Amino acid sequence: MSRHKHAHPPSETEVKVKALESLLIEKGLVDPLVLDELIDTYEHRVGPQNGAKVVAKAWSDSNYRARLLDDSTDAIRELGFQGRQGEDMVVVENTSEVHNMVVCTLCSCYPWPVLGLPPVWYKSAPYRARSVSEPRSVLEEFGVFINKEVEVRVWDSTAEVRYLVLPMRPEGTDGFSENQLARLVTRDSMIGTGLPKSPRSIQ
Amino acid sequence: MKGAHDLGGKTGMGRIDPKMDEPVFHHEWEKRAFALTLAAGFLGKWNLDMSRFAREQMEHDEYLASSYYEKWIHGLERLLVEKGALTQSEIQERMLNMLEEEQPTVR
Repeated sequence: MSRHKHAHPPSETEVKVKALESLLIEKGLVDPLVLDELIDTYEHRVGPQNGAKVVAKAWSDSNYRARLLDDSTDAIRELGFQGRQGEDMVVVENTSEVHNMVVCTLCSCYPWPVLGLPPVWYKSAPYRARSVSEPRSVLEEFGVFINKEVEVRVWDSTAEVRYLVLPMRPEGTDGFSENQLARLVTRDSMIGTGLPKSPRSIQ
Repeated sequence: MKGAHDLGGKTGMGRIDPKMDEPVFHHEWEKRAFALTLAAGFLGKWNLDMSRFAREQMEHDEYLASSYYEKWIHGLERLLVEKGALTQSEIQERMLNMLEEEQPTVR
């Protein structure tokens, strides 16, 4: 149990959260240990490092890549990543002709088992509104400039289907191990608002 | 009619301004709001679609002005009251007690 005074008056939301928590625990409807476990899981154990392993394996193993594109949920489960908000996964592959990006215009659906919880910008009104109408200018705000000849394809997630972008393997990575490759895979490259890091960045 | 949540294609939203290296949670209360929402969901009184619908019942301006976890707490409170797990008056009363007593944080 931690005890500390607030340095500033708590907001109404803060007080409401505390009130709901204390009432639900008092009535035996939630278990405080379960709350701590959930926070620890999503703060420390589930995150884009999981998705990076999926991408690195797909880059290194063409059979895995084929399975991943054919039945994404199953292939991701092979690596031990499954569950809440990732029950039905679709992996979309970037090529020299197509660049994919993912949004959820209606709320903030996101593939938790492979990327963790979404960043603030993914949940923001401008990203949700503009990704579907002006994806290229959105990408430019992330410093990503996609050649005019390349089609930009935007996937709008739903409560059921969650998307993960399989970025293109960077040049100059021949002979890299899966671990080395995984270090090049950024969260944003798997949402489509970024590109993988250059191999020089980890050498 | 489109609700405030149906944002696809809306104009006048401004720049996205992505922050690099942001933490998973920005405030202690966000962690509790997140975990409470999931744990209360385990009670099986509602499903994911009902949670979303509850969040989408916010007033238009309030929805746009609220952060992600503020929307979650709004939805959670609504569902808990609707399903009879808690009453609005006991929530209000507990909040008032907490504000009045200004007790040390208990978690």
